[in-house]
Amino acid sequence: MTTAPQPDSNEAAVAAAAPYASLQPPTLSLVTYPIVGPLLALIAIFVVFSLTTSTFMNAGNMSLIAQQSVVIGTLALGQTLIILVAGIDLADGAIMVLGTVVAGSIASHGDVALAMALGFVTCIVVTAINGLVIARFRLPPFIATLGMFTIVAAAARLYSQSRSFPVTSDLLTVLGSGPEFGTVTVTYGTMVWIALTLVLGYALNETAWGVRVYAIGNSPIAARLNGINVTRVVFSVYALAGVFYAFAAWQAVGRTPIADPSGYQIANLDSITAVVIGGTSLFGGRGGVAGTFIGTLIVVALKNGLTQAGIDSLYQQIATGALVMLAVGADQYLRRGHRA
Amino acid sequence: MPESETTRSCSTAVRAGCVILLAGVGAGLAPGAVQAEEKKFLIGIVELQLANPFFGRLEKSAVDTAKKHGLDVITAEANTAGDSATQIAAIENMVNRGVKGITLDPANATALVPIVKKARDAGIVVVTTNTSLAPMTAADAAYETDNLQAGVLIGQWAKATMGSKPAHVAMLDYDLADKTAKARHDGFLEGFGVTEGAPQIAGSALTMGNAETGQTATENLLSAHPDINVIYTINEPAAQGAFFAIKKARRDVLVTSIDGSCSGVRSVADGTIGATVMQFPIRMGQMAVEAVIKAVNDGLKPSGFHNTGTVLITDHPVADVDSRDSKWGLENCWGD
Repeated sequence: MTTAPQPDSNEAAVAAAAPYASLQPPTLSLVTYPIVGPLLALIAIFVVFSLTTSTFMNAGNMSLIAQQSVVIGTLALGQTLIILVAGIDLADGAIMVLGTVVAGSIASHGDVALAMALGFVTCIVVTAINGLVIARFRLPPFIATLGMFTIVAAAARLYSQSRSFPVTSDLLTVLGSGPEFGTVTVTYGTMVWIALTLVLGYALNETAWGVRVYAIGNSPIAARLNGINVTRVVFSVYALAGVFYAFAAWQAVGRTPIADPSGYQIANLDSITAVVIGGTSLFGGRGGVAGTFIGTLIVVALKNGLTQAGIDSLYQQIATGALVMLAVGADQYLRRGHRA
Repeated sequence: MPESETTRSCSTAVRAGCVILLAGVGAGLAPGAVQAEEKKFLIGIVELQLANPFFGRLEKSAVDTAKKHGLDVITAEANTAGDSATQIAAIENMVNRGVKGITLDPANATALVPIVKKARDAGIVVVTTNTSLAPMTAADAAYETDNLQAGVLIGQWAKATMGSKPAHVAMLDYDLADKTAKARHDGFLEGFGVTEGAPQIAGSALTMGNAETGQTATENLLSAHPDINVIYTINEPAAQGAFFAIKKARRDVLVTSIDGSCSGVRSVADGTIGATVMQFPIRMGQMAVEAVIKAVNDGLKPSGFHNTGTVLITDHPVADVDSRDSKWGLENCWGD
């Protein structure tokens, strides 16, 4: 495949977009701008909580929502990439936690630079192994990452002997700090989250690699016929997702300065929720990181606002679940729409 | 099979105390002599998810006790909180393998009842550890922390520490369908002298019993209720998370907890947590396994509820509530 002629990126993009050409105007706008739905939902959430609580809409709480978003938000960037090629990663949270435990345990012996480096390497290598078995050996992503989830979660506990490691290093926890303006703290973690979103958005929208990712998500067969090396691109997607998981691990110890193997148990589901609510299709090929950014804010703002409104946590879970079904339902409707 | 002197001297009436004595001194008292005169049999130890170090410590204590008495051991654990299916399958396998006794830390109070009945009908002694079945008599006996009492102790301490200052309490719970979580929650309210929904309770939130969720929940509660000055936490990791949020918000809040892990006691020592209630998983595992051994070897079946102890740990003692300081706590804590 390496000797095959380079695909014409524009051609692949046109091929990818073709199915939506016959859509009628109102649905067309949602397909062309899948971010509109999530954005409206986020605005609605802000309006409702601003009206129903006196404490939601203030600068301090807004900065809190940003701080609470960074871990899942960064994790969800990697998840978005994988879902764009019609994959899914059930192991992302566990891989991140393994990264924090590796970094935290090594840092507790004093070598912070090594801790940081090995934390990153761990996340990238484990996610790349997922990429290898999925891209090269064609294992279904759901099963492959489910297996990896179990393995990694257990490995983190064995490695740490179920202990947690307080993290005191300034380098490892730097993302949890940042300039303060009264009650508002804009953490470096928030800045990194926004920067990573912009970089990945650029890579997906403005590079040939990004076009190939969308093309594979729409139809791997068509992508292959267009000369795209599907195996290689899918592998690169997982390996790159691992980089985002590593950043998420760094975010996690910045936010809660303790490397805890029992932390973030449902981060995998939260990250998938953020991606799906953000309008990225679970069938691949449609959506993007801007939607995921908003989807993350929706998940976090909903939890924050409902807690402030004194609503029982179980109802919070029901609300989040209903939003997921709504988002997936909208996706299905749009997909069916173009065939009708 | 002749009985050992030690075992025979334990009359039924003082059995529980004697078991503690055995557990306490067994290691020093030439265990080989005891071992040689006891029957060897297979014992099953069923625990909850080992992600929680408390359950890990409890299982290790049970396994160590069984091995000390020369027993063969099979262990099994739930994969996640509430995972009774794995435990049921494990007990079925243990029954097939011919165990004579089982210690079970049930993932669900009712879901395990039928399989426990089946095992007991087959002549197997089944005792519960940490938390019991509903009804408790579904198993032969129960060895656990009195979690209601633990909650009462910490609630009383918080009340006395606040004195006449108006209290605004936040509660960081774990799933209240969980028996332990509910007992601690109810105990705290009782000890604090309020009822569910009282105006002193500013808000509550569900955590997963870890630092990350404890932090987020506390941030949200403090944002909504800046006047919060007492926090009840289901366990020490959640309390640790609450402390991160309090420190960031630069508030002065009394943090209370329950568990008695060494890292929790260290948090009491450094002032992160005001007080915690210690449980004793090592004693729990020993007592449960010793009871099974007695039942199998001597036919003296255990019964009823056995409290494995609760001790309030704080460096700020109050009148009328017994407590030990963090120094004692560090000598008696059960692990990280």
